Amino acid sequence: MRYLLRRLGHGLFLLVGASILAFLFTTLAPGTYFDEMRLNPQIAPETVAALRAQYGVDRPLPIRYASWLNSVFHGEMGFSFAYNSPVAPLLLVRARNTLLLTITATVLAWAIALPLGVWSAERLGRLPDRLLSWLTAAVMVIPDLALALGLLVFTVRSGWFPTGGMASVDFETLSPLNKLRDLAWHMILPVTALVLLSLPLLVRHVRVAMANVLKAPFLLAAQGHGIPRSTLLYRYALPAAANPLISLFGFSIGVLLSGSLLIEVVMSWPGLGPLLLEAILARDPYVVVGGMLLSTLFLIGGNLLADLFLYWADPRIRTESVER
Amino acid sequence: MKLHRNFTKWLVVLGVLHAIVICAGFFAPYDPVEQDRQSPYLPPMRLHLLDARGHFHLRPFVYSLRLREGSFGQFEEDAAKPQSVRFFQRGARYRLLGFLPCRRHFFGSENSRIYLLGTDAYGRDQLSRFLFGGQVSLLAGLLGAGITLLIGAGVGAVAGFYGGWRDSLLMRLAELFLALPWLYLLFALRAFLPLAVSPLSAFFLIIAVIGAVGWARPARLVRGVVLSAKERDFIRAARGFGATNGYLLRRHILPETSSVLLTQAAILIPQYVLAEMSLSFLGLGVPEPAPSWGSLLSSLQQYSVLVSYWWMYLPALFMVPFFLGYLVLASSLQDHGEAYKIERSSLGSLT
Repeated sequence: MRYLLRRLGHGLFLLVGASILAFLFTTLAPGTYFDEMRLNPQIAPETVAALRAQYGVDRPLPIRYASWLNSVFHGEMGFSFAYNSPVAPLLLVRARNTLLLTITATVLAWAIALPLGVWSAERLGRLPDRLLSWLTAAVMVIPDLALALGLLVFTVRSGWFPTGGMASVDFETLSPLNKLRDLAWHMILPVTALVLLSLPLLVRHVRVAMANVLKAPFLLAAQGHGIPRSTLLYRYALPAAANPLISLFGFSIGVLLSGSLLIEVVMSWPGLGPLLLEAILARDPYVVVGGMLLSTLFLIGGNLLADLFLYWADPRIRTESVER
Repeated sequence: MKLHRNFTKWLVVLGVLHAIVICAGFFAPYDPVEQDRQSPYLPPMRLHLLDARGHFHLRPFVYSLRLREGSFGQFEEDAAKPQSVRFFQRGARYRLLGFLPCRRHFFGSENSRIYLLGTDAYGRDQLSRFLFGGQVSLLAGLLGAGITLLIGAGVGAVAGFYGGWRDSLLMRLAELFLALPWLYLLFALRAFLPLAVSPLSAFFLIIAVIGAVGWARPARLVRGVVLSAKERDFIRAARGFGATNGYLLRRHILPETSSVLLTQAAILIPQYVLAEMSLSFLGLGVPEPAPSWGSLLSSLQQYSVLVSYWWMYLPALFMVPFFLGYLVLASSLQDHGEAYKIERSSLGSLT
């Protein structure tokens, strides 16, 4: 319990620090969103001045930070100049889209990587294992941008899947079941890209962790007792190999929001990534800060989750923290 | 102390690849920004050794392309107009290694132009743009990694060597940077810096941003090494002989961190090349007309290009060997580091 509290406090400290840092970055910006308005002859200088005063862009940094914190506690997370609305609802819709994509991809990637890694570790050094290692290495060295674009070129030329967006034009007219099908249909390409990007790393880690455990004498003893092979692998060996995998899983959770940025932009998926990019180009600081903090929250949360999970799964860590 | 046998092999491969990119002016047949408005989106020309009548030629040649009758933007080879490839041909002026004025190119053609990777929307040679773009992207990766390692080594050494409040302050800051998603951080930092600047200052700006963002991980690793090195006997002995802190750091402690830094470099460089590519791809990097690997691919963001001009994707395939080289380098360095660590710890248990 004390462990949990300490970890939570640490996470909170990091989050506050991150927000201060993000705010410091915004002061690096030369000019604001309203500078371009000033060039527009249709907008009176008084209007621009009034807007500046209304949003308080001229106030000193600590005051801006305090008012931003205030709006965070009111569930607004600042104000988007470009969208003329509070940031939080904007972010939430986009984050939902991103999570839809990344959670599917992460679940799929782990569901494939675990059996594949175990299967490979069982045949360590033999032909199938070596082939798989080569295959994962081959996918790994393709730059993520090139992989995403390659998939895109392939689908455009084959015409098998839709290549962009999240819904067909007539989405609103479809029945609920067909809506679901349409959504899944649009998700195929980005999910494939995300799975391909994360799979090699996962398979390799599962393989190494399992290979290390499979050498252990207790497994030989278990085998000697006549325990069936699959029980041996999944019931005995896998939990023993779990520690590094739990950390990796925490990382997978952590990058749920931030890991798919490029894929979303390339495949024009209306997630957090494109929103952030637009905000950058439009000089809309609170959206950038908000998006960054939301994904930081996930990263910290993922790490926290992994630590807690490790604490629960590994008695060695529990006793260690009691002694301390 | 046996390094992976692959290591040397791949070091040579990487060296050759980089040499080609460094001497891009020589290997590229044309200037990367030179436009050929008559032939936008020309498909790649194929090298031939056998002509239409089946005669063998030792000198490779290409056929000039002509529009297919009654089609739009469909090209076919014009068998009546072969163009032989001339090696060491005189062509556009360039400066080799940035200062040697030259006109000789590795290959070229006498009267018409050869586009082995096709052309882009302005009729610029994709092969030349790929090679020159490599200069931008790879240099960004190398310099960015250099900056990161410099900051990381400095911070790590101070934190590990002096300890105390400096250590806790710097390490808290490092944790903060590690907690931020790094691509977002990179974009956000880029967002708050001027967007419209000249290519050269944009290039240095990007290098600075990329380099400054990733210092936390190497700093933590270096700190760990420094912490353990500080307590080793020969360093205590040197201190006993009256060595100053600066001397100890310079002569005894920082050399210990070299293997960690080398491994980190092999990991960071491709990562930073990718970062530069992503920025340029999204229009936040080095602006046109200067080529970069990212902006080379950015035309693929248009649907029409995806549908009709598949060869715009070819540069992506040619980037793969570079990344492969760095991956092999990094993994064999890591293996080496682990073997080294094990050796060290077994020695430690003996004494």
